[in-house]
Amino acid sequence: MSGYFEVKNLKVDFKTFEGQKNVLDIDSLALDKGETFGIVGESGAGKTVLALTILLLLSAPPAVIRSGSINLDGENLLQKTEKEMQKIRGRNISMIFQDPMSTLNPVFTVGEQIIRVFKNNKRITRKDAQKEALRMIETVKLPDAANIMAKYPHELSGGQRQRIVIAIALSCGSEFLIADEPTRNLDVTIQAGILKLVAELQKELGVTVLFIANNLGLVSAICSRVAILHEGRIVETGKVKEVLKDPRHPYTLTLLNAIPRDKGEKVNLDNIVFKDSENANEKGCRYYYRCPEKKDLCRDTEPVCRLIAGTHTVACHMAFKGGEAGGKQHTEG
Amino acid sequence: MANSILKVRALKKYFPVRSGFFSKPVAWVKAVDGVTLEMEQGEVLGLVGESGCGKTTLVNVLLKLEEPTSGEVFFDGLDLFNMDKKSLRKIRKNIQIVFQDPFWSLNPRLLIRDIVGEPIKVHTNCGGEELATKVGDLMEMVGLPRNGVYKYPHEFSGGERQRIAIARALALSPKLVVLDEPTSSIDVLSQAQILELLRDLKERLGLTYILISHDLSVVNYMADRIAVMYLGKIVEYGPAEDVFGQTAHPYTKALFAAIPTLDTEGIDSITTIEGNVPSAINPPSGCRFHTRCPMAKDICKEKEPGMVDCDEGHIAACHFIKQKPGG
Repeated sequence: MSGYFEVKNLKVDFKTFEGQKNVLDIDSLALDKGETFGIVGESGAGKTVLALTILLLLSAPPAVIRSGSINLDGENLLQKTEKEMQKIRGRNISMIFQDPMSTLNPVFTVGEQIIRVFKNNKRITRKDAQKEALRMIETVKLPDAANIMAKYPHELSGGQRQRIVIAIALSCGSEFLIADEPTRNLDVTIQAGILKLVAELQKELGVTVLFIANNLGLVSAICSRVAILHEGRIVETGKVKEVLKDPRHPYTLTLLNAIPRDKGEKVNLDNIVFKDSENANEKGCRYYYRCPEKKDLCRDTEPVCRLIAGTHTVACHMAFKGGEAGGKQHTEG
Repeated sequence: MANSILKVRALKKYFPVRSGFFSKPVAWVKAVDGVTLEMEQGEVLGLVGESGCGKTTLVNVLLKLEEPTSGEVFFDGLDLFNMDKKSLRKIRKNIQIVFQDPFWSLNPRLLIRDIVGEPIKVHTNCGGEELATKVGDLMEMVGLPRNGVYKYPHEFSGGERQRIAIARALALSPKLVVLDEPTSSIDVLSQAQILELLRDLKERLGLTYILISHDLSVVNYMADRIAVMYLGKIVEYGPAEDVFGQTAHPYTKALFAAIPTLDTEGIDSITTIEGNVPSAINPPSGCRFHTRCPMAKDICKEKEPGMVDCDEGHIAACHFIKQKPGG
């Protein structure tokens, strides 16, 4: 592994009135240059916290980064000062946020907003910045770029806005892109367009993409590898094909079963126990109270990530019993 | 149909476009342009289409939240558009709606008790103890704890809030419930839960649903019949199995092809239709889909296709559909 981007032993806590609570506990996560890596989990799993930690955008307090390192191209981001980070954000790492409706400033034209990114990051005349902005809008495949430049965000549709956000994110040549559920609240047809765009840009510009989603379907379409995040811990990771073909962690299985398939088929909810903050298992496996396969072992000792086959690793005590998966075998529908 | 609950005939809703405040309208946005539908008691109708195709306007007009331009709607045999306000109000009891975003549809300053209890207070003489028990029962029905009624909306997660919105919609035991993208802003696990709940409630209470969604997997899971809308018109309509199994209209096909599923391998297997929905002020001539249709020929630009029978009860508006032999 080239180790282009590496997260090691990262622990992030939030201070609350009820005490300090661990929200992110990642032993290791490594991305190769130029790949698309998916992070999947339900809301509250810590996906967005991970993205914000990488950019050092978490507000502290309440957040406390207890330990760990985040390396991008050999440099530890956690040791950077705020000033240094400001240079890294946008130039080396950028982020597409969830909601294109609220990430753009409503009182400036979108052209102006892209121009400002250039003016802030490069020594460039306004005219050149304008040209560059026009080029960026063409890069994200919006027709009639000159016309779009002069428009305000409210005049654009959701998909167009998200494209502008992507243009802003890529405008200063950053090679690492964090996409935090970029297609949430978008139509299926628009979603397909945005996914295609991300995939194409990734190929053309060679950017590395960390793609956050709550739907495994999206991830299987554009990612090469995936990690399943549950309560701040990575419970299963591997190539998308490996994980989807042979899900070993009961939580992964739950996520797969939650996607509605056919009318006759009931969404398999029997094994789903929903999150309940009162039943947090601090000592052992965090999935303990929701898991259908739980044993005493799971309550007391924390499972570590172990290799199953190829690059497929799982953190579950039950994943190895007789070579069988923790839950039922997931059948392709 | 014997027990049809809702009948919609040639429903139209045009919004005026004015150049000045007092001036005459210069153009019309044809948001809903001649929709005909019929629903039976206990069925689930899935309404599918891109944003801007008129799904929400259609529903608003059906509930008479907007004045229709023309057309007729019969609910339970009663003409909704020729009715005085008093009797309309009585009928509203039987038609309820669950909105898209549970973060906006619940008043942040009211207790859950008041949110869920409000429709009961408005429509019945129920109050005090009786009301409290009723609200508690409703909370239990949607799978929330009874004592949750003394909380505020912000104390609940997205999925739980949507349950509260469902409880409010069911407070008056309606016959028809309109679900306007009920799961589009919550994650897959909560979505599965909500869908299961809706299905269960439908069986228990004999409800009829209109389910609006752009997520076809959700529609596939819930609906008995599907209506696909494009630019204010229904382009395909029929039993869910037929619309999914023997998709007739190219627009419906394009919608299906755009969904990434677990079996999707690589981005190239997803196809999408280019461009946006054209403006509803000046819809394209002939077939409205011809500007984006992969199969478009000259005839599509000139002649608007009528509804063709593909199979029993399965109709679609396209020139290239082969009619059912003998049909």
